[in-house]
Amino acid sequence: MIDNSKFSDQYDYLLTIIILVFMKKPACQIIGLEKAFGPNKVLKNIDLDLFPGEVTVLMGANGAGKSTLVKILCGVHQSDGGSINLFGKTFKPKKPLEAFDEGVVTVHQSINDGVIPDLDVASNLMLDRLTDKKSGFFISEKNLRIESEKIAEIMGLSFDSKKPVSELGVADRQLIAIARAMARSPKVLILDEPTSSLSAKEADRLFKLVDRLRSTNVAILYISHRMSDIRQIADKIICMRDGSISGTFVEKPLDYEGAVTAMIGHKMTEVNVKIPETGEEILSLSDLKLDKESREINLKIYQNEVVAVTGLLGSGKTQLASILFGVMKQFSGKVYLNGNIYTPSSPLEAIKLGVHMSPKDRSSNAVIKDFDIERNLTIPFLNNYSWLSLLKFNSLKNIARETISDLGIVCQSENDNIETLSGGNQQKVVVGRWLLQNCSLLVLDEPFQGVDIKARRDIGNHIRETSDNRATIVFVAELDEALEIADKVLVMNEKNLVGEHINKNVDINKILVEIAGQSTLGELGR
Amino acid sequence: MNNEFGIREFSIKYGFIVLLAGLILFFSIFASGFAGPRSAVFIFQSVAITGILALGVTCTLVVDGFDLSIGSVATSSLMMSAYMLVILEQNAFVAVIACLLMGAFVGLINGLLIVKMKVPDLLATLGMMFLLIGLQRVPTEGRSIATGMRLPSGEVADGVFPASFLWIGRHRFDVFLEKLIPVPVVIFLVVALIIWIFLELTRHGRLMYAIGSNERAASLAGTNVNYYKILAYVISGITASIGGLLLSARLGRGDIASGNNLLLDSVAAALIGFAVLGAAKPNALGTAIGALFVGVLLHGLTMMNAPYYTQDFVKGGVLVIALVFTFALTSRSRKGGH
Repeated sequence: MIDNSKFSDQYDYLLTIIILVFMKKPACQIIGLEKAFGPNKVLKNIDLDLFPGEVTVLMGANGAGKSTLVKILCGVHQSDGGSINLFGKTFKPKKPLEAFDEGVVTVHQSINDGVIPDLDVASNLMLDRLTDKKSGFFISEKNLRIESEKIAEIMGLSFDSKKPVSELGVADRQLIAIARAMARSPKVLILDEPTSSLSAKEADRLFKLVDRLRSTNVAILYISHRMSDIRQIADKIICMRDGSISGTFVEKPLDYEGAVTAMIGHKMTEVNVKIPETGEEILSLSDLKLDKESREINLKIYQNEVVAVTGLLGSGKTQLASILFGVMKQFSGKVYLNGNIYTPSSPLEAIKLGVHMSPKDRSSNAVIKDFDIERNLTIPFLNNYSWLSLLKFNSLKNIARETISDLGIVCQSENDNIETLSGGNQQKVVVGRWLLQNCSLLVLDEPFQGVDIKARRDIGNHIRETSDNRATIVFVAELDEALEIADKVLVMNEKNLVGEHINKNVDINKILVEIAGQSTLGELGR
Repeated sequence: MNNEFGIREFSIKYGFIVLLAGLILFFSIFASGFAGPRSAVFIFQSVAITGILALGVTCTLVVDGFDLSIGSVATSSLMMSAYMLVILEQNAFVAVIACLLMGAFVGLINGLLIVKMKVPDLLATLGMMFLLIGLQRVPTEGRSIATGMRLPSGEVADGVFPASFLWIGRHRFDVFLEKLIPVPVVIFLVVALIIWIFLELTRHGRLMYAIGSNERAASLAGTNVNYYKILAYVISGITASIGGLLLSARLGRGDIASGNNLLLDSVAAALIGFAVLGAAKPNALGTAIGALFVGVLLHGLTMMNAPYYTQDFVKGGVLVIALVFTFALTSRSRKGGH
């Protein structure tokens, strides 16, 4: 791969690095960067230096502009103003390939951007070699495998290199995406929420790798809002809020609380849940089995009660939610709603019987991309806002405006396209649509997914405020979220209901043990 | 609206309308006889049948489907009406109802193939297209149908196209001028209005757009996705059969060779409609204007002595330009935001 001219380039690069390290000059210097989408200013006068051999953590709530900044650095978007210097030279990539060639490599948040599911592991690892114009016309299967195995070894990956990536789990895909970035020997490495789907063990592997890269003087920009990650690897923390830098933390020890405050604008406080009197029984599960092997679930949920169901991925949470909304059938057992047997065959029927559900993964399951906020909000209940099928446009507009102000959705008007909103605000819209009409049971599957703390509080408060006339079940993977919103926390593990706790002086360790299950106790701590 | 976005927004939104106005102005000045009510009506008449079919295609495009069978449904309707009138000697009313039912039935089958049998839309309707092209030739052994023709059995067909049936295709209403507006134009405008109201003002249309944008999300919001998809194909089948009836009533015979261009022309009109008012999605108003745009251009060029064989080339050009308008301009301004 290295011909002579390339070699001298690399030599120059090494020299520059040495000089930069000695003089403490930034590898990448961002000066006064500006970016707007339509009328929305997403980045306002961003100044940011990335030093070689340093991990700079970028924190920010959803919609703060982190992703946009990353997309400008990796050539997906172009800035409207300001400049970027890379090793003293102007850097203005017009497309991702240009950024790559300059040594700025990005591992994106959404995993499937980083891998091609139908190709095998080896081809995925060597994908950039395949797209390189300098490599030959034919593929040498053998070389591909040898090289890819080398990379896999360095990364500590142990996959069958002939296995298609589609057969691997999410975490493994993420590691492959990161490994792919390593194959390019980056000078500036951008990791956009790389641990969001990794287990503690896998994350540790990633941190080790980040440590190694740091020691080889790669400048690393690490985007995350997971405090445990940040504590472990940050040399420096930069906080963004509403498109500007709201805090820079360099002195050791790093002021983590200060960083969180700078990110969300107010201190994180413990939410005190007041457990109200419950009303009549709304939902009752009787000997419900999710699949053949699982144990029977027996459960009653009452009016004016908010119940959180927590558990790891694959613990059966989503399956239970789907059964309640008529998307899936249980293996056996019965569900009663308001005392009557409840067997919805479709979401439509579930809604008619008074069960509303906000599904997880909003972009594929909830957001209608071509629609504005008003249309997205009102879609399930058009029936209630029409006369002889003709829509009542004023009623629709009023109810949309009401919901926007109730939930604090940040937008110009109810006619903004949903895709112009930040993740948190999109989530408010897709949760808000189920609050337009009263229901007897509200099911929320991961309502805080990809949502910043402010939006999470807004949504949580609103759900609790409106909960007196219905029963509410919230499915969340994160225990914090469960404790923040629920009166009662249920724990699921391998499709069984393993714990039930009133949210008052809860024994968190006990819950954690239940979540993890006996067999995987060692992997606790996240 | 500020200046930065003013020009792009304006050109996306009104560019196509301005282009249409410009074309009309251009032909009015340079093609003598272009400006005038009779000429305008001629344009409407020339696009009426295509336009009606295109409105049906629009409905299937809205649910992110596609109906390739409309051309053959129209010609089947043409042959069926002729068969009913000439050979079975039925009256106009029966013939019209039978054809509409046939269109609805074909749409239903298309919809069921797509929704229940999970056949991809293009393939299902392609299959249906072939099937109908073949089927419409069977009863007459591949010959056209006209009064006095000899049947395979040796008998002579005595039925006629009654005046009441021909009225649908040939009558002209007196509006200011004597015998100005033909029935097909009125039907075209009425169908356009109905489809527009249906898609824009009713909850059914709203839900169909939701299905087209994100089927899964629409379903999880309680939309009966299968019902609306089938409905879209049924509408498409009915509008296609209306088109066939108008063609039949205009020709006055069951001509096996006519209606060849209907599919392509109407799909083109619906796609051109994407560019109208910056919709970037199928819409009834756009489809109607798209059909008229092609009509104006062809009529104007014909009056300026452009030979007939350049027509398809011109249509293709318009289509490509409209698609560039839609996808290049609109996607750039909508991109981003997170």
